[in-house]
Amino acid sequence: MHADPKGVLTGVHFIDGDHAACEGALAAGCRFVAGYPITPSTEVVERFAARIPEVGGLFIQMEDEIASSIAILGAAWAGKKVMTVTSGPGLSLMMEHIGYAAITETPCVFVDVQRGGPSTGLPTLPAQADMMQVRWGSHGDYMPIALSPNSPQECFDLMIKAFNLAEAYRVPVFFMMDEVVGHMTERVAIPPASEIEVVERRFTARKPGDYKVFGTNGSLVPEMTKAGDGHRIHVTGLTHDERGYPAMNPAAQDKLVRRLLDKVNASADTLVDVRMDGVEGADVVVVSFGITSRVATAAIEAARAQGVKVGHLRLIICWPFPSKLIAELAGRVKAFVVPEINMGQMVLEVERAVAGRTRVVSVPHPGGTVHEPAVITRAIVEAVR
Amino acid sequence: MSSEWTNAELIERYGIENPVMPYLRQDRLPHIWCPGCGIGTTVNCFTRALTESGLNLDEVAIVSGIGCSGRVAGYLNLDSFHTTHGRAIPFATGLKLANPKLKVVVYSGDGDLTAIGGNHFVHAARRNMDLMIVCVNNFTYGMTGGQVAPTTPIGPTQTTMPYGNFENPFNLPFLADACGAVYVARWTIYHVRQLAKAMKEGLEKKGFVFIEAMSPCPTLYSRRNRLGDGVDQVKYYKERSIIRNGADTKEVGLSYQGDIIVGKFVDRERPTWLESMNEHLGRVLGDKYTPYGV
Repeated sequence: MHADPKGVLTGVHFIDGDHAACEGALAAGCRFVAGYPITPSTEVVERFAARIPEVGGLFIQMEDEIASSIAILGAAWAGKKVMTVTSGPGLSLMMEHIGYAAITETPCVFVDVQRGGPSTGLPTLPAQADMMQVRWGSHGDYMPIALSPNSPQECFDLMIKAFNLAEAYRVPVFFMMDEVVGHMTERVAIPPASEIEVVERRFTARKPGDYKVFGTNGSLVPEMTKAGDGHRIHVTGLTHDERGYPAMNPAAQDKLVRRLLDKVNASADTLVDVRMDGVEGADVVVVSFGITSRVATAAIEAARAQGVKVGHLRLIICWPFPSKLIAELAGRVKAFVVPEINMGQMVLEVERAVAGRTRVVSVPHPGGTVHEPAVITRAIVEAVR
Repeated sequence: MSSEWTNAELIERYGIENPVMPYLRQDRLPHIWCPGCGIGTTVNCFTRALTESGLNLDEVAIVSGIGCSGRVAGYLNLDSFHTTHGRAIPFATGLKLANPKLKVVVYSGDGDLTAIGGNHFVHAARRNMDLMIVCVNNFTYGMTGGQVAPTTPIGPTQTTMPYGNFENPFNLPFLADACGAVYVARWTIYHVRQLAKAMKEGLEKKGFVFIEAMSPCPTLYSRRNRLGDGVDQVKYYKERSIIRNGADTKEVGLSYQGDIIVGKFVDRERPTWLESMNEHLGRVLGDKYTPYGV
């Protein structure tokens, strides 16, 4: 299905990542945003508030992030494609509703323009330190999807993918920007609507009485409906059966929780989205994501100039983590180098996949700015020494 | 046990049809509420209000939070949403704004709506969000075992106020009124006809409607304070209620086992959030703006 032209601002623009992310959401068909101001993400909702009246849809600034994160879930159950936008402290407040979105299988996109933490931390300065929080932050077991753009153009392009994945898998999808990507201004080309593929919600064709709101019919992702369609659905955050009725027993828990994980994990191979450069024949592979991938590119060029055979593996989709791919590479390289603007989060996933078969070097950074490329270059050179 | 609850069996045995049954998810009965609890009585009133409102039930959605009253959504045969603790109102806000054709009712307890959910309550009232809020007020946290609530009057014992409550309670009608609710009423479960009528009026009203339904919790609040069973509380409601429609909400605060001012306190007109948005954007943007949801 092609994008609705009403939401597509076709043309070439000179805009920052926050603005581009908003345009990506509009192009993807997002027509309901609830948000609460927080630096450095606010520009996304500011633009949405300005644009949506003429596109046809709604923005509401709620009283806090808790309200924003559940207002969008209500709107999704009334049929809209939805998004909320925040940064660290707001994301922390939203955690309960990430779990609610997971267990109620509500398609939704959470944009996190990361800043330094913990707590209020560095409101105007970058970090990539929420990577584990979006994977594990809400209590219980569930499997979200997370994408990491490194430019305003990708903020547009990947946002469409984020919405498409939210619809396909009915999970909360995290759009993991950071302050630098959010505020850097670059060329953003927005294609015509006819060239943008969007995934529409899979609404059931079944008649009332013949439809179970969480009935899977052999697939892992149930068909959806919306309030007002006559199905008289029940949706609860309690463990439930296929009718949506509370079923608080170990068997129902087993069935539901396994499916919530399986529906994403079973597609882990198709969900691998990485950019690889010079990985074949490399002695060292740098694993990076987001803004750090651009810094790493400079560092890798410098290392190559010193004669090191170094490849670059950039994660576009961070969750689910491409464990199999990393494990395959582990047998062929001497070391992985993992720079990230946190004190060592995604490096833990690399280590898990590598399972001791080769060296994994963490290049942490507490946040506030990006790495000095020379620090990453040094780590690369020392890794093969 | 459960077969006694089916409508077919009632008709066969007694030749009568329980008029509430068609509104319930009969496959979820029996319910979890204790003997003497008043929540079921409020649900009975609500089903009468639905009947009399003549609304297309496919276009009525009910949203609850967490707690004993939070289970109401799960028993009603409507599009029903059992959300997180305190967040029924913002969920309902999203649901209503995304499909303004829906009549959205929030049905929950005093702790859910006015303690953990207090912030959302005041802002939804301020915005005049088009929602009907039914607050079953039993002065306690029932599901967790009888802790102090923001509605608990000064005096009675609760598990987290073991020497008696010393915290000043909310006067909920005053709070709703002050924040801008367009309809504010309080009744007890003794006043079933008045409560059903208020709910019917609430369903017909546009804007933020607040209905407080006083209800006994015999298992926790009454037992711990030696107030007798559910019937004893209904007797108290009967003896000490004073109907005062149009009362100044400032004057309707509740004291421990004291007089209960009941009635319809507020009934006024104010544009809803959506009406305000459409009116404003239409004026500012002119032809470029297509009114939303109309």
